[in-house]
Amino acid sequence: MFEANPYPEEVNAALSDFLLRMADTSLVLGHRLSEWCGHGPILEQDIAMSNLALDLIGQARNWYQLAAVQLGQGQSEDDLAYLRDAGQYRNVLLVELPNGDFGQTVLRQFFFDAYHYHYLKALTESGDENVANIAIKSLKEATYHLKWSSEWVIRLGDGTEESHRRMENALRELWEFTGELTTPNETDQLLTIMGLTPDLNLIRPLWEQQVQVVLAEATLEIPNRAWMQKGGKNGVHTEHLGFLLAEMQFLQRAYPNCEW
Amino acid sequence: MQNNHHIWQILESVHDPEIPVLSVVDLGVVRCITQNETGLEIYITPTYSGCPAMDTIAMDIKMALEQAGYSAVKVNLVLQPAWTTDWLSAAGKQKLLAYGIAPPVEPLSSTKALFGAEPIVSCPQCGSQHTTMLSRFGSTACKALYRCEECLEPFDYFKCLR
Repeated sequence: MFEANPYPEEVNAALSDFLLRMADTSLVLGHRLSEWCGHGPILEQDIAMSNLALDLIGQARNWYQLAAVQLGQGQSEDDLAYLRDAGQYRNVLLVELPNGDFGQTVLRQFFFDAYHYHYLKALTESGDENVANIAIKSLKEATYHLKWSSEWVIRLGDGTEESHRRMENALRELWEFTGELTTPNETDQLLTIMGLTPDLNLIRPLWEQQVQVVLAEATLEIPNRAWMQKGGKNGVHTEHLGFLLAEMQFLQRAYPNCEW
Repeated sequence: MQNNHHIWQILESVHDPEIPVLSVVDLGVVRCITQNETGLEIYITPTYSGCPAMDTIAMDIKMALEQAGYSAVKVNLVLQPAWTTDWLSAAGKQKLLAYGIAPPVEPLSSTKALFGAEPIVSCPQCGSQHTTMLSRFGSTACKALYRCEECLEPFDYFKCLR
């Protein structure tokens, strides 16, 4: 589906790193959401989470396919998803965290969607046509996801005493993992200079505004904590990712090249 | 070499496995056809990134054309321009309605400004506009779940994607 665009070695390495981050982030979050299949609080939302997972895994496939051609080492999308270890994964930490209760899953999704929506929107202007095309496609889906997760954050936050308490817990649990979404690392810095990806420093205020509006409507208070976790984009993960990959990659690891 | 008109006719007989009332042409996923001495290439685009029907659709297109005598048929997936429900054919929308699925409608501005405009979806059974969204997601990626408050029937709505 894609043909590689030629870049100087250093730029191509950064671009590949970025493509793997986009792919890994969508795949890992898609996998987490798929864990809800059959366990959702009500049937409609069980289906909703499976649909979110489906979109994200579809987007991950596009990013992996592009990463594979830019890497140019003959790997397939499956090789990249199933045969890399946790230290090689580049997803942000937020998405690998366990689901917790439905409220925590919803809040994690909202924090991600608010970033994803604004980031993809800016990414449609990427100087790399392949990247822009995947962003244009994904943005349509992310826009819809953001509606779903915003509605649920408000419904649960401004809901019963119990749902409000659970959302407060989720907020305490997740907040420190949100900084990484909009904090550039070396890869981002280089690619932004090259005009391939948007400046995350410009995405941050958009994310903050989106979060403020929805959390205010949900009667939830933004924690007054500045310290943030980081590391996922550089391959330093929480212990949770290893367990997730052990399950997700089991078949290819146990029966190499197995197909059905 | 046959003309493209004949190929489009064959593609009309290939149906979406998840919404069998629609052909791949009605759905607007067939973007372009190219023919030369070496063979025939069909370009299709996914409705949603994760649409699980795309592999089946590609295979069904290949089989239908090969059965009609075309050889060396290749089906390529393209992302750009990204699919939109504007490409659903008028016939396709009629077929959806007759099948009990509300076709996509333009979102109207409403008081729910925080989430953008929401459409007014008419019930495919009784035509009433007095309907409620039960869930943003339905049985496939392209649908949402609604209920008619007049005839009380639940129904699928084919979401408007732009």
